[in-house]
Formats: sequence, C-alpha cells, structure tokens
Amino acid sequence: MSDTKRTEMVEPTATSAVSADTTETLRDEPRGRTGLGRILLGRDAIMIYLLIATIVIAMISIPRFASPVTVGFLLLDVIPVLLIAMPMTLIIITGEIDLSVASIAGLTSALIGVLWQAGLDIGVVLVLGVVIGVAAGAMNGFLVAVVGLPSLAVTIGTLALFRGLALVVIGDNAVANFPPELTAFFTSKLGATGIPTVMIGVLLIIVVFGVLLHFTPFGRGLYALGFSKEAARFVGIHVARSKFWLYVASGGVSALAGIYWTLRYSSARSDNASGLELAVIAAVLLGGVSIFGGKGSIPGVVAGVLLIGTINYALRLGRVSDVVLIIVTGTLLIASVVAPSIVDAVKRRSHDRRVRRELPEPVGSGSVSA
Amino acid sequence: MELFRNRTGRVARTRRIATVAATAATIALIATGCAGGGDTGDSGSGAGADGDQSITFIPKQLNNPYTDVVLGGGEEGAEAAGFATSQVVGPLDASASSQVSFINAETQAGTNVIVIAANDPDAVCPALEEARTGGAKIVAFDSDTNPDCRDVFISQVVAKEVALIQVELIAEQIGGAGEIAILSATANATNQNEWIKFIEEELDSNPDYADIELVAKVYGDDDDTKSFQEAQGLLQAYPNLKGIISPTTVGIAATARYLSTSEYKGTVALTGLGLPNEMRPFVKDGTVTEFALWDPAQLGYVAAFAGKALADGDISGEVGETFEAGDLGEREIGEGGVVIVGPPTVFNADNIDDYDF
Repeated sequence: MSDTKRTEMVEPTATSAVSADTTETLRDEPRGRTGLGRILLGRDAIMIYLLIATIVIAMISIPRFASPVTVGFLLLDVIPVLLIAMPMTLIIITGEIDLSVASIAGLTSALIGVLWQAGLDIGVVLVLGVVIGVAAGAMNGFLVAVVGLPSLAVTIGTLALFRGLALVVIGDNAVANFPPELTAFFTSKLGATGIPTVMIGVLLIIVVFGVLLHFTPFGRGLYALGFSKEAARFVGIHVARSKFWLYVASGGVSALAGIYWTLRYSSARSDNASGLELAVIAAVLLGGVSIFGGKGSIPGVVAGVLLIGTINYALRLGRVSDVVLIIVTGTLLIASVVAPSIVDAVKRRSHDRRVRRELPEPVGSGSVSA
Repeated sequence: MELFRNRTGRVARTRRIATVAATAATIALIATGCAGGGDTGDSGSGAGADGDQSITFIPKQLNNPYTDVVLGGGEEGAEAAGFATSQVVGPLDASASSQVSFINAETQAGTNVIVIAANDPDAVCPALEEARTGGAKIVAFDSDTNPDCRDVFISQVVAKEVALIQVELIAEQIGGAGEIAILSATANATNQNEWIKFIEEELDSNPDYADIELVAKVYGDDDDTKSFQEAQGLLQAYPNLKGIISPTTVGIAATARYLSTSEYKGTVALTGLGLPNEMRPFVKDGTVTEFALWDPAQLGYVAAFAGKALADGDISGEVGETFEAGDLGEREIGEGGVVIVGPPTVFNADNIDDYDF
C-alpha cells in the first residue's frame, strides 16, 4: 500500500513534461493492488512470510528449538523491544525519532527500585513509575512539538539526561527484593502453551496502537505528517498536538517496558535496558517503516521485532557466538533498508527505458531508424 | 504517461509474486524435511548419562583478556574432568540482564552443568532457578550469584586477602602516607565492591594506614577507553594523588598505559589486580612496581571439576564435602558453599617473566 502511495507522489512531476507529447488514450486503467492481493503481497506480508520461514528453518536445523519452552523464553526476551516499538513506529512514521526510550525505561526501573525500598505499596510504586515515564515523554514532546526543536537533538539530550537521573536516583545500588509473587507472575506462562502471561497486556497495547494508526483519522494524519508537515497543517492536522501526544505515549510505554524489565529480572538498576533504543529502532526499520517518515505499519513492525528475536534466539540456542550474531542482525538491517531502494532503482530504469522507447524520436535520428 | 506506471506496476507485481513463490517453496521444502529433523533434535536431549555430560561456561562478557584465561583453564579442566562437550557462550557487554537469555538457551539445550560469572547476583537468579528445575547443576565462579541460586561458588581467593594485599602493596609504594584513589570495574560488580569494602575497612581500622586517605572511587566499567579516561580524570582532579588501586585487570592495564605516557610515570604509584602478560611492559618501564593476582586459569579448572562432581552426584554443595580437582589436588567446600582456589601471587620485575597468562 505504501508503495502505491509513493508512486502517486512521484508521478505528477514526471508526467507534466511527458504528457504534452502523448495523445494516446489509456490502454489499461492503472490501479494499485486491491483486496486480497494487496494484503497477501504487501511489504508486511513478505515480512510475515520471512518470519515464518525463519521459524520453520530454525525448527529443523536447531535441535530443541521446536518446543513451547522456546515460545516462552523468546517472547520474554522480545517483550521490551516489542512494547517500545509500538510508539516508536508512530513517531518514525511522522518523520521524527525518540532515542530516549531506553533511558526512560532505566529511569523508571531506578525509581521503582528506590520507592519500593522506601517502603511504599507496590501498586503505588508501579503507578508512580508510569507517571515518571509519562512526564519524561511529555518533556520530550514539549521540546519537539511546542518549542519545535529537532527530535534527534532533543532525544539525544534526554537520552543522557534520563540515564543520568537514574544514576542520581539509585546510584550504584541494585534493588532486588521485589515481592516474589509479582516477579513470578512476570515470568509465568499461560498453561502449557509456553506463552508468557504478560503477553496478554502486550497484545492489548499492540492492538491499541494498531487501531490508532490504521483505523483512526489521527493515525491517517500521521502518515500525512510524515510526508509533508506543511501539507498536513494545511489539511487541518494538528501537527504539534499529534507529535506531543506521541512522545507522551512513547514515555508511558517505555515506563511499562522499564517496569517489565525490573520485575522480570527482579533487579532495579540504573543501567537497565541500556542500548535498547537501538534494538528497537533496528527492529522498526526492519519491519518496513521508512526512517524518512510516511511509510510503515504495525503488523510489519511486529513481524520485524519477532524476526530479529527469533534469529537471535535460534543462533544462541545453536551456540553461535554473539559476535556473529550482531553481524547477522546488522547485515539484515542493511539489507532491509537497501532492498527497497534497489527495487526502486530497477523500477526507475525500466521506466526510463520505456520512456525512451515510447516517446516519438527526435526528428533528426527518427527518419533513419524507421 | 499512465502507460509507464502500468508497465512498472506489472513488473513489480511479477517480482512480488516471484518472492512469495520462492518463500512458499522454501517453506514447503523445509516442511517436508521436518519429520526427520525433529527426531535428531530429540535424541540429543537425552544427555545426562555418564560420559555424555555437557558443561557450558557463561563469563561476564566475551573478549575480556582475563576471562579468556579463566575460560582457557575451564576448557582444560572440562576435558580433564571427562565432560563430553564444553561450550563458552556469553554477552558482548557486561550488563546485568544480558546473561539471562544465554542461561535460558542452556536450560533449553539440556546442559548438565552451567558455570557462570554473574554480572548481577540477582538478575540471573530466576533464570538459574529455571535451569535447576530442568536438572542442571550451577557453579558460580569469579563473581558470585545470590547463594540461593547456585550449588557452589568457586572463589579465586578469600575476598579479604585480596583486599589486604592490595592495601599492603599501595601503602608500601607510597611510603605509608598520602591520597589514594580506586579505579574499579562497573559500579555494581559483585567482587570488586566486596574488595573495596574490605579495603575501606582496613584503611579505617588499621593504625598503620592512618595517614592514607582514600579520596575517590571511579568506575571504568571494564572498558579500556573509559578506564583510560577515568585515570586521566583522577590525576587532573586530585593533583596530590600518590597512588591508584585498580582491582580489575582492564582498569589496571588502562591506567598503566595512561601513566606510562604521562608526567606522572614513576611518581604516582599504581597497583591492583593485573594480568602479567598485559602488565609486563609497564613493570619493565617502571610505571608499576608490584601488583597481584591469582592464577585465573586455575579458577576455571577447579570450576570444571566442581561441576563434574556435582553432576555425578559426588557432592551436593554442602559444607565440608570434598572433591578432586585434577592436578590441583583436593578442594573442600567451605562456609556458604564457597570453594577457595588459592592465595594471590604478587608479581614484580623479578618474577613476572615466570608467568604466561
């Protein structure tokens, strides 16, 4: 679907020069893919096929991969990335970025550790954790949307700032004595399926963001925003307000990821989730979101996150060194970014050839070639 | 112009269909091979019979020179003890939770013995518990986990001894008076923090060290560049600094490198825990007089034998039990399930050439 959109964007400029010379009527009504074909052959679908293929290959070639245990461990590993990838998708679609997500998770982790140690009720502690995340997100949102600073600069700053605050809050300490029932709940599985119980909540968040992006005017507006901020403003989209709330959502979800991280590893520390922002952005881009904005979808991103997670888990289970592992994921990311531009280049070349063939030849050479 | 789009659209569609077809074909091929593949997978999980045991070492991080020596000893020990397979897996960064997914993978692989140097004593616990439920024996080495989630802990030396020898060395080198600083690994490192605690206690309580003042503790995160910069920062911030203790091999090597190229060479003392091979040039050029360490290879070696004894059921991790550690002879499990490998060695210009690790 996004491909079609891009073609439409590009076409008018290419046309105007050519159309004057063409007198022929249309042989075939041009159209994008519709219906089933559009769903089954889109970028998202290809990501899902890739994911399925990877899983099947891993099931065959890696001993013991095919078991419910895998499902549990794998999902537990990817949940933080999966969570943060949701708001990150929306933010990147608008053409912005949020690099401070992992630091917000770290700050939340540090804060709930300290508050719990101070003897507050665990419920209050968790709520305050989310509140600090939302506040941190609101700060990003204010600087980006209201003040109008570039998001890259703002969030690089807050990346350091929030991590620093985490260190101020908890220092060198680690808090580990969370209620055992709670930490056990975060690693518990749904019966024999191996699916972690917390996946229910994660799924809910995915659905919320999916509906928000794909089925609401707000979500449609984000794509417009990503293509052209000015155009989006002219058609009546509240640019600043949309961005602000996206950063607030990003902060809130990052805080949830921080809480999950803390309770899953039952360890609240200042360096929790450090470097996670890059894993999230890598997965989002692999999932087909354009770093320039305007393109991408939630199903694609979910598949992207799971694809990276599966490859990591399978290679680890196959005892492939982490050195190889980061090379593999890095190459995959480059390939996922390069592949569409290669396809575009091929398209453009065949388009150019076509132009040269179809257009009436210049007078001088034309008489000879006939 | 619409013609062109039509044409390119068709090309794109053909390509897309081709991609899908290829993927589908791959899946189909794989699916047909699935039945056969499943069997091979299962037959491997029956490991556990004597002579078919597996051991996996999970260090704090890969590509750390000290860890490499420990693991070298571990692999040697694993072979000598009679393990069928030994593996080394681990994260690239020494962060708290990075080891968990490796433990999970080992649990799933049905490994008999997991030997781990914990980056965080608590973060690895739930995963280790799960591994134990699956039948694995857990040996902590180098850096302990929470005692509840391992069977034995192989400690290089008594923590207090390591701390005391470093205080002794620095006191001697700065003439018993002046400002000193500590350049450690990460702020949460279990063993470094324990040594630092003993160092501080000793400085406070021992009248011989009354004139020595600990002015700063900084953390190089066991990262060469960061440690180098921290060393540089220390000397700038404390112009009267007489000596630095760096109880980590990465830290001491980076600090020595900085000192050797700076005006402080020979005037600011440096000691701590270092690898002879890394420290040799700095001892020879006078940057460092004396430093200490145990033989890290022995640590891995003893850990492998402890793992074997646990897997065979010869020991259960109770105080007073003993096991044979190959060439190193008998070792006894002490208070808290701790096994001590041996006393630290002090290296200086006279003996450093006798060691190769």
